[in-house]
Amino acid sequence: MRIRPQILYCSILLISLATGVASAQNAGASSGYPVAQGKLTEPEHRGKGLYRRYCVGCHGVRGDGNGENAPYLDPKPRDFTQATFKCRSTASGSLPLDSDLYATITRGIHASGMPSWNPLPSRDRSDLIAYIKTFSPRFHEEQPGPALPIPAEPPASAESTQRGAAVFQDMNCWSCHGKDGRGNGPSAHTLTDSRGYPITPYDLTTGSRFKCGESDRDLFRDLMTGLDGTPMPSFTDALKPDQLWDVVHYIRSLQTNHGQDGEAAMVGSKTETGK
Amino acid sequence: MSIVTNKLGALALLLGATLALVQPAQAIPAFARKYGLPCSACHEAWPKLNSFGQTFKDEGYQLNNDRDAPFYQNPAYWPVAMRITPHWHFEGNSRVASDVVPGDGTSGQQQSTINASGFDLPGIDILTGGTLAKNISFLLVPSIESDSGTISFESAWVRLDRLHGSPWLNFKFGKFELDLPISEKRIMTLSNNGGFYQLYHFLPPGDVTPTSMGDNQLGAELLGHSADDHTRYALSLLSSSDGELGLPGGRSYDGYFHLSQAFLLPHLGLQRVGAYGYVGLAPTFLLTSDGVPIPGSGRGNRSFYRAGAYASFYLGRFDFTGLVQRASDNVFLANATAANQTLPDGAQSPVWNTGTLEAHYTYSPQLVFIGRYELVRMTRQALATNPGDFANLDAFTLGYRYYPFMHSRAGLAWHQEVATVRSKLTSLNGQDQRSTSVFMGFDFAF
Repeated sequence: MRIRPQILYCSILLISLATGVASAQNAGASSGYPVAQGKLTEPEHRGKGLYRRYCVGCHGVRGDGNGENAPYLDPKPRDFTQATFKCRSTASGSLPLDSDLYATITRGIHASGMPSWNPLPSRDRSDLIAYIKTFSPRFHEEQPGPALPIPAEPPASAESTQRGAAVFQDMNCWSCHGKDGRGNGPSAHTLTDSRGYPITPYDLTTGSRFKCGESDRDLFRDLMTGLDGTPMPSFTDALKPDQLWDVVHYIRSLQTNHGQDGEAAMVGSKTETGK
Repeated sequence: MSIVTNKLGALALLLGATLALVQPAQAIPAFARKYGLPCSACHEAWPKLNSFGQTFKDEGYQLNNDRDAPFYQNPAYWPVAMRITPHWHFEGNSRVASDVVPGDGTSGQQQSTINASGFDLPGIDILTGGTLAKNISFLLVPSIESDSGTISFESAWVRLDRLHGSPWLNFKFGKFELDLPISEKRIMTLSNNGGFYQLYHFLPPGDVTPTSMGDNQLGAELLGHSADDHTRYALSLLSSSDGELGLPGGRSYDGYFHLSQAFLLPHLGLQRVGAYGYVGLAPTFLLTSDGVPIPGSGRGNRSFYRAGAYASFYLGRFDFTGLVQRASDNVFLANATAANQTLPDGAQSPVWNTGTLEAHYTYSPQLVFIGRYELVRMTRQALATNPGDFANLDAFTLGYRYYPFMHSRAGLAWHQEVATVRSKLTSLNGQDQRSTSVFMGFDFAF
């Protein structure tokens, strides 16, 4: 079969053009906004374009949590300029690891406006993290601490739950979370976050998902690291690992819907879950 | 052939006018307002979904961040959006059959070129959707026709999501868009010639098969997806009524399936391949009483099918979808002949292949360029006496959409487009016909 030269040339031109466009774009931003690279690294550059597509509405152009939707959101969007993150594997006050931020973007933050961005390709999520870290000089000046180790979970038992209940009382957890864990302790209405916004303690009786993950290990980590930027402190110095596991088992005992779909369980019993 | 071509010309005009009234539906700022996300979070460029938006849709309009159920919303929140597109358009149709003496149907016919232009409005879609409760979602789309002011229901369905807690089991019931490989309700082009897919609507001249996959259908659908939404399936059982309300005439049901698999290529993004098929039955005649057709008494059901495969590739800002489809209608449907009547000489079941290639270049979420080429090639004519390439079709569409702003409250796009369709040998004198649209206007939703 003989191919006419014009068709051949046009085909080569089209294929070259398509390949060239594709190659150029693969080397640049993904499907985000085209932005000036400036002093940004390649991942930060790609992340900036994606940030403008996905994140700017809540977190704002400057990353200060003052996006156009911020006034309507509760809890408020994270202020990246403070570099203070709730969900970490590192010690209280430390910067998070990239893997912590990646997990948060992937999982979303339960009972907040932050959805799971799991549908985004993994590179896009990594690029977003690279860009988010440019909002605070802390990421240039400090290194995050190591991930705190989580010991193996002992078996849950009635005794462990009872011990956990006692710790819950002794450590005054009830002053915020309430005697029965419903987030209605005597201090609840006085709490504010690090930006001064009112904050509500988590109602431990609803659902089974927490802001930083839904497994027992995630809950253990929350107790160990605290939630920076909120009144929830770290208990890693105050309690031994076994005691922390006891508290985890006690909290699980408060969740009558533990093991079910947490969101489904909340239908019909709206509770303003806290931060 | 002249009668057939006359009918074809009229059919083409009617189809164009009808499709011009049927604007794409789904770009729903009510969702953006509910979640505080900009349009660009869910749409590559609205109304085209990106992977995040597709997952949101597949989850039953839920983000699963425990803020989906309506009681989490401010009571003032009203899940309603509207979309309309005031525009100017030009329509040119060549070799249209017309009476030699206007108004005198006995004066014989000639070929005329008919060009017209003017400012216009399509119908308006009122889009209301979201969740009735956690894991119970809905969509209701009343459409007000621009010419008559009548209201029709483009969509009206309820979906039970995550049955048994599994994303693989969701059940939809009502009137809905099929889970098509390339959504016609989210089509990026709007003109009379470019605002629909030949893929879904093409019929050989004289064919009266009443169903089009592109139309929203009445029925029930079982659909599901993997946790990462890479594997998706949909199985639909549909009334054989092409979405028209009332019981179907033929006492039959149609079936549709769609299966697709996406995979991530390093540095390129999410790619998807899939296959689909539609099989159906349609009556070829109705029982009559004193010569008057009795509603719902269809008889002589005959079959038709559409089957295809596709691939969607993302290469950075450039994406394209290639799709091939094979289609055939029963000989009685294709020749508009009742199954209890004698077929014309040379009648046979037509078979045709369709190819669609659509590409987008998303410069930014606020500027997207669109190109599409569709071809239809008859491989067997409904009448053996027809030329082999009779009614073959080539359709080109080029356009762009510019979105001056991007936020979570409303959307506005400046849209320009040109589309042209050439149909082989279908004119009165057996020549090719061409139909061209030029379209520009503001597409807005709020």
